[in-house]
Amino acid sequence: MSDTAAPPPRRRRWMLYAPLGLAAAAGAGFWVMLRGLQTGEYDPRGVPSALLGRAPPEFSLPPVEPANLPALSSADLRGPLPSPIVVNFWASWCVPCIVEHPQLMRLSREGVPVFGVNYKDRPADGAAFLQRHGNPFAKLGRDEPGRVAIDWGVYGVPETYLLDRQGLIRWRFAGPITPEILERDLRPLLRRHA
Amino acid sequence: MLAMLPLLLALAVPALAAVGRPEDRLADPLLESRAQEIGRELRCMVCQNQSIEDSDAELARDLRRIVRERVAAGEDRTAVMRFVHDRYGDFVLLRPPLNPVTAALWAMPFIALGGGLFVIITRRRRAVAEVAPLSEAERRRLAELERGGGA
Repeated sequence: MSDTAAPPPRRRRWMLYAPLGLAAAAGAGFWVMLRGLQTGEYDPRGVPSALLGRAPPEFSLPPVEPANLPALSSADLRGPLPSPIVVNFWASWCVPCIVEHPQLMRLSREGVPVFGVNYKDRPADGAAFLQRHGNPFAKLGRDEPGRVAIDWGVYGVPETYLLDRQGLIRWRFAGPITPEILERDLRPLLRRHA
Repeated sequence: MLAMLPLLLALAVPALAAVGRPEDRLADPLLESRAQEIGRELRCMVCQNQSIEDSDAELARDLRRIVRERVAAGEDRTAVMRFVHDRYGDFVLLRPPLNPVTAALWAMPFIALGGGLFVIITRRRRAVAEVAPLSEAERRRLAELERGGGA
């Protein structure tokens, strides 16, 4: 009886290796994901913005008074624009914002218009941050209640948008603009939309 | 134990205060329950696997407030959901809508079920088909047994 019940060993071996192979594949996938997290190629928050290809929402923000910069409203972002615009949501209490600040400074030195939205911040703190780390912003709005940020679909700070010359949103990045992100993603887009 | 009571209370207070601050709730219990029902369908984009009702993230709190303002202003569920969906896209909905992007996601249970059935059926069929004929030695042994001999 036992002779007929035992299937040929070849098929049994297949049953044994299938789960092993599956686990190995899952492990490899997980490794690729972790690698991507490290290099910034895989971003679990990199869900495309719902606003891609659309004009930003209507808004008009007050200035951050101690910073002595012009305020920001949607009228400043309406196309046709002379060049693409970078819009950056930031706050003085946000540590990753310090990490990305040199990249914003570089862009503004190179003549790229960088507009800022100071998110849920005290005006004095925001201005002090710019004094300490330099000011990359041509215009700066104050969004203390954070409602304009929600209209843009912002998750949190820092978050950066690129508007093309028609004033349409072409790119959104949630997280700090590292030198790698700047070179790999933002610069090619700036060239393409110039 | 009694000496530890202040400590326990101090630890318990943040837990109570964590979600759904009383001052954020709507006075009308009917409206509040409608707002909560909507909020439980919306993903907190900061913590990603919690609804805005369950999350203590700042953004979730702002969105809870917006949902309540709109519910209090008489907007229905679809209008409130559309407001948030317009800004944050499909990902904000904890129950993803069926569209070309999410089709594979929705099809997955059926694919898994179909795949399982396929494996079971093909294995069964093969098991039935592949009853190996007796080998020469087995046949001899069988004949021996039938003759009443055997080991």
